[in-house]
Amino acid sequence: MVRAGLLAGLVLAATPAHAVIAYVSNEKSNTVSVIDTDSWTVTETIKVGQRPRGIEFTRDGKFVMVAVGDDDTIQVIDAKTQAVVDTLPSGPDPELFTQDAAGKTLYVANENDNTVTVIDLEKRARLGDIQVGVEPEGMTISPDGKTLINTSETTNMAHFIDTSSRQIVANVLVDPRPRFAQFKHDASELWVSSEIGGTVSIIDPAKHEVTGKITFEIPGLRKEAIQPVGIGMTKDDKTAFVALGPANRVAVVDTASRKVTKYLLVGQRVWHMAFTPDEKYLLTTNGVSNDVSVIDVAAQKVIKTIQVGELPWGITIAP
Amino acid sequence: MIRWFVGLIGLAVAATQALAADPVEINVGYLRVAGTKSTLSLVEQPADNDGVAGAKLAIEDNNTTGRFTGQRFTLEEHRIKQGEDAVQAATALAEHNGFIVADLPADTLLKVADALRDRGTLLFNAGAIDERLREADCRANVIHTAPTRSMLADALGQYLVWKKWSRWLLVVGSHDEDRLYADALRRAATRFGAKIVQERTFEDKGGARRTDSGVTLIQRQMPVFTQQAPAYDVLVAADESEVFAAYLPYRTWDPRPVAGSAGLVPRSWDAAQDQWGATQMQSRFIRLNARRMTALDMQAWTAVRMIGEATSRTKSGDVKTVTDFIEGPNFEIAAFKGTRLTVRDWNLQLRQPILLVDGRMVVSVSPQEGFLHQVSELDTLGYDRPESKCKLK
Repeated sequence: MVRAGLLAGLVLAATPAHAVIAYVSNEKSNTVSVIDTDSWTVTETIKVGQRPRGIEFTRDGKFVMVAVGDDDTIQVIDAKTQAVVDTLPSGPDPELFTQDAAGKTLYVANENDNTVTVIDLEKRARLGDIQVGVEPEGMTISPDGKTLINTSETTNMAHFIDTSSRQIVANVLVDPRPRFAQFKHDASELWVSSEIGGTVSIIDPAKHEVTGKITFEIPGLRKEAIQPVGIGMTKDDKTAFVALGPANRVAVVDTASRKVTKYLLVGQRVWHMAFTPDEKYLLTTNGVSNDVSVIDVAAQKVIKTIQVGELPWGITIAP
Repeated sequence: MIRWFVGLIGLAVAATQALAADPVEINVGYLRVAGTKSTLSLVEQPADNDGVAGAKLAIEDNNTTGRFTGQRFTLEEHRIKQGEDAVQAATALAEHNGFIVADLPADTLLKVADALRDRGTLLFNAGAIDERLREADCRANVIHTAPTRSMLADALGQYLVWKKWSRWLLVVGSHDEDRLYADALRRAATRFGAKIVQERTFEDKGGARRTDSGVTLIQRQMPVFTQQAPAYDVLVAADESEVFAAYLPYRTWDPRPVAGSAGLVPRSWDAAQDQWGATQMQSRFIRLNARRMTALDMQAWTAVRMIGEATSRTKSGDVKTVTDFIEGPNFEIAAFKGTRLTVRDWNLQLRQPILLVDGRMVVSVSPQEGFLHQVSELDTLGYDRPESKCKLK
């Protein structure tokens, strides 16, 4: 009996290697919640620096990087030991960041400084800065790795940056307060959410032109409450999910018709999201209700709510 | 011939973009009266560059964007000295500036607006909260980024009613603007179902605002002034003239909170505002001006950002084009208040949430939950379209 118990313990201990783990940054608690997606429970809460927001796994899945804006750095969490093991030399007030496909170069938006900082992830060294618009935030990289996208919240543009020359090659005006940028996996479209504008702009990345806009309408809800932030796109590029902030909903968008097919009610002030690697589930961070909603992607239904720390902001799931 | 010509233009445009040479210049003037008003609290004494410091930051923000759009913004400030003719000063400023941000008393602003009307200069009223500038005396060439007295009073009124502090003791100063603020507060009480249980007037008998042993006297004076009031929940003070309101908190006969011109104060902005990305804005401001950002700074920042937003959307520095866009249906601006700000087309007043602050923290932001409106909840603050007496001309 005792032995059986021990055995069970061993099995449990061995599980994390296979189970899918999600990391959630809690902006107000200064913590990162670790969620086991088998049991849908918080298994650990890691203390980090001040104001953790942008969070992402390294490509090898060994570390989790979290931008702690008020400490002007990015902390590195060892996914095995759940301990903060290192910091990266970002600029002041890092918020969101993205990495190239090889996981060698990290690009960080420094909100306070109108710059994007380029970091060599292996050497953990700062390679340089790129001047962008006022309050840089959204960051993503094109599937071919050649173009870095940064959105600036007060300039209201998506800046197209050539990753080899580190020069801005184009600027595309979008609606007020662009927060997040997401490429289609086939690179044919770039989607940019505008929190205050209440829209998602679809940009042709070759022509650098806005080719369409997705608008949202929820009966009984005032227009101002619809504030798109996070975007998730399925691997087949057929369905997109858009977090609508204080509208407390995630919009399901058919990417072919560019129409909203469904609104899913989640927690309060939903911002960012991440898919499980098998794309069965989509997890969203709900800032005001301090929880994470689990969406069954195929059924397009919210199946679970998990309490995390205060003001959950970003989320990343092990690759 | 035509084809050759078009080709040449195309080349010229391409060359301009490549060299980023000759950006379009957009010149903004800032007009104000010299000198600052005296406040009861030393902490609240406005800085010499109150307002214009916000315009300066917005010029920097616009120029960061301008690097990508080929636009460059400049700011020229003029302070009207005592005895100087405001219209002459404004006309001189309008020589080089198509846009003027004004922090002027209502009468002066009207004179300036009428004098500049035929020039096509677009004015932004960043300072005056007078209702009449948006009502009977509204002008088609003046956009208001300053909130109105009724917007401020309604913002406070909604919160007090939400808090169920619905019995108000109203104390009004003896100057004209105090009475106007009291009018707005009475209107708010009626609209939102609060009751003014009694009104008292605090006469300004003159005297210095700062004396070495003033506190002893005030400590005796204020409890006496507020005693024998009917049962009330909150004392609401209308004292724009800075004569008495700041003396009321902690000194009322009955232990009651104070709101209005002291205690819980409605403002368009506050140095403590840190929601909706405002932290970045506050730190940019502090870095540039080595002090904290006031409501007037924000009203001026918003005016200059509105110009920048419109020039970047219309790709034009032409005053007429920019004016039409700002006054049109598609204009919206983000200003760290959690929602888009738009312009009321019937009187050119900027719709905006109002913060309720206590000098250290943002206590709440109005409109409050549950105050509904068929067009925009921001229109639950201030005079709405059906009540408006404004005929834009």
